[in-house]
Amino acid sequence: MSIWTNIFILGLVLTDFRLLATSRLATVIQTTVFQAFALSAFMLTMADRPWPPLLIFLALLTLMVKGLVLPWLLRRAMRETRAQREIEPIVGYSASVLVGIVLLGLSFLIFIPLKTSVSQESAFLLPAALFTTLTGLMIIISRKNALTQVVGYLVMENGVYAFGAALAVEEPLLVEMGVLLDVFVAVFVMGITVYQISREFDNIDTDRLSELKD
Amino acid sequence: MLISIVLIPLALGLLALVIHSKGVRRGLLIIGAISHSIMTAVQALQKTHPTTGIWIGLDSTGLLFLSITSILFLAVAVYTVGYLGRDSDRKVMDSVEGFLFRNEPEAVFIACLLLFLSSMSMVCISRDMGLLWVAVEATTLVSAPLISFHSHHRSLEARWKYLLICSVGIAVALLGNYFMAFAGHGKIHLNLDNLITGAASLDQAWLKAAFLMLLVGYGTKMGMAPMHTWLPDAHSESPSMVSALLSGALLNCAFLGIFRAHSVLSAAGLGLFSGELLVFFGMFSMAIAAAFMIRQSDYKRMLAYSSIEHMGIMALGLGIGGLASTGAMLHAVNHSLTKGMLFLVSGQILFTYGSKKTDDVRNVIKTMPLAGILWLFGFLAITGAPPFGPFLSEMTILKGMLQSGRLFVAAGYLMLLGVIFIAMARIVIPMAFGLPEKSKSFAPSPDIQQEPIWFAGPTLALAAVILVMGLYIPGFVWNFFGKAAAMTGGF
Repeated sequence: MSIWTNIFILGLVLTDFRLLATSRLATVIQTTVFQAFALSAFMLTMADRPWPPLLIFLALLTLMVKGLVLPWLLRRAMRETRAQREIEPIVGYSASVLVGIVLLGLSFLIFIPLKTSVSQESAFLLPAALFTTLTGLMIIISRKNALTQVVGYLVMENGVYAFGAALAVEEPLLVEMGVLLDVFVAVFVMGITVYQISREFDNIDTDRLSELKD
Repeated sequence: MLISIVLIPLALGLLALVIHSKGVRRGLLIIGAISHSIMTAVQALQKTHPTTGIWIGLDSTGLLFLSITSILFLAVAVYTVGYLGRDSDRKVMDSVEGFLFRNEPEAVFIACLLLFLSSMSMVCISRDMGLLWVAVEATTLVSAPLISFHSHHRSLEARWKYLLICSVGIAVALLGNYFMAFAGHGKIHLNLDNLITGAASLDQAWLKAAFLMLLVGYGTKMGMAPMHTWLPDAHSESPSMVSALLSGALLNCAFLGIFRAHSVLSAAGLGLFSGELLVFFGMFSMAIAAAFMIRQSDYKRMLAYSSIEHMGIMALGLGIGGLASTGAMLHAVNHSLTKGMLFLVSGQILFTYGSKKTDDVRNVIKTMPLAGILWLFGFLAITGAPPFGPFLSEMTILKGMLQSGRLFVAAGYLMLLGVIFIAMARIVIPMAFGLPEKSKSFAPSPDIQQEPIWFAGPTLALAAVILVMGLYIPGFVWNFFGKAAAMTGGF
């Protein structure tokens, strides 16, 4: 409920646009670090001081998992698979940014009929969270590189997690930790799968993965 | 202790990772399956269930799905031990392109099977929407390695699609959970009892949005069209006992998620809204399944599409409500056991004939009499022919539709069932009786036993249950199914 909440939410939206605009995998992975920072920061700024210890713990855990461990895993997978950048996205980068602007507008529109008594502190939080979710989805759909798609999943999850952050004060934090654990394992398993795909196919373009169909 | 039903398979699974001896590891799988069945039976026989806690507890619906999982896993465990004994170490010839591949490490496979059992049990006993979500996502992650046990490029593709599509779907379901929390103004915890007793105070607009998200999210995992695209790939590429578990147990778990959401909406007076959505998606799934089963050239894919059809039938029954939702519960049992058996039989056919193409498989009844009979038996059962279990449950659903005056839905339902019966008959009957073309004459190698005891035992046992379920269901069991459906207005 301070100016800081809005600043961090704005940061989240800006990182989304950066993700949509870049082709370099290293940049994409680095951007998720910023997102992790923004997420855990506004989780704290939303709550009243003094912060409950469990909340501080959750924020730190979020920062560690999403800002440190997962990016490290992804960078490692990037080195192992020798994938540098997205070669031929299905939707180009400028087009992606344009789509992003439309999605942002939509995210605001959707929440006009849905009024909530939770977190009225920031009118931007829910639209920003939805926008991040949609950005992740957009990345998964419009990119071919398997590793970029994994990052897309992570971004999508970040968006959903931001919704949870709005509730983090009221909701049992135990569930949030379960969610965090699942995301961690999900990215881990996906990373292993990407590695195996790169060994089997010599690259990780998912348009090669199209043999199974009717 | 209820939680032991989750913890024991979990502990055994972790143990399987560190044990080197093959025999002991396979023993762990059997121990896990048997102990799980015993614990489930103990829970089922308790007259009164201790008042459920905030996180876990067992109601009739949970118990029903837990029992299905337990029975199926027991059958699959026995089959798996035999299967692994047959071809774990040698290089295996790929059935489609004829290259050699190795299997993934057996320790990982057995560990993942046990963890899969553990996470599915968690889904069944969750009393909290958040915990339910965590458990459903866990099932995705531990079952992904199972799909690519035969490690080659097609199974990797299937695993990748499964992981990505289901994870994205499940993320949408999490969004639905949060929306449900918003509906309660952040004051009501996502515990089911809380949600249902406090349903009147929930915000309706948010609740509707939440249900949509949960339906799309868990619906992806359940294989509802049009989010089903991962399902045929995963089912056709994974080893047959994994397909059996995916189809018979995992899809049910996702269905349970939708069931829980539907019961909250019913309590809030929005049952009509969620019910109509379920009817629509159920019908649509049946139609898509029918379209892809006509002239299907791969018999494992045919079974996979049949699973989509039956998930559609269950959603349809649940959506109609009343007697139809009791029928849907009954159908969950019948479908799981029948489809589990069919997948195990298809695995044996695949091993003997070395091909998943229906055209390459002819005269099964002569080559492998037991598998041939079970294949026909399963086909008749799954398409709803009397006197097997699915016939009874499909008729119950139909009766429920007529009782609530949904004549058009009933007509569409019957028509699609008819189309699917014919489509499957045109595939299955030639496989069983047809004579092979001269150019493709097939002789199974005599030195390998075609129908070993570890295959015959589990499949015959499942077949017996399906038959009994169709012939006679005692009154108290009927009451149990009614109670399982009661949360959404069944009787």
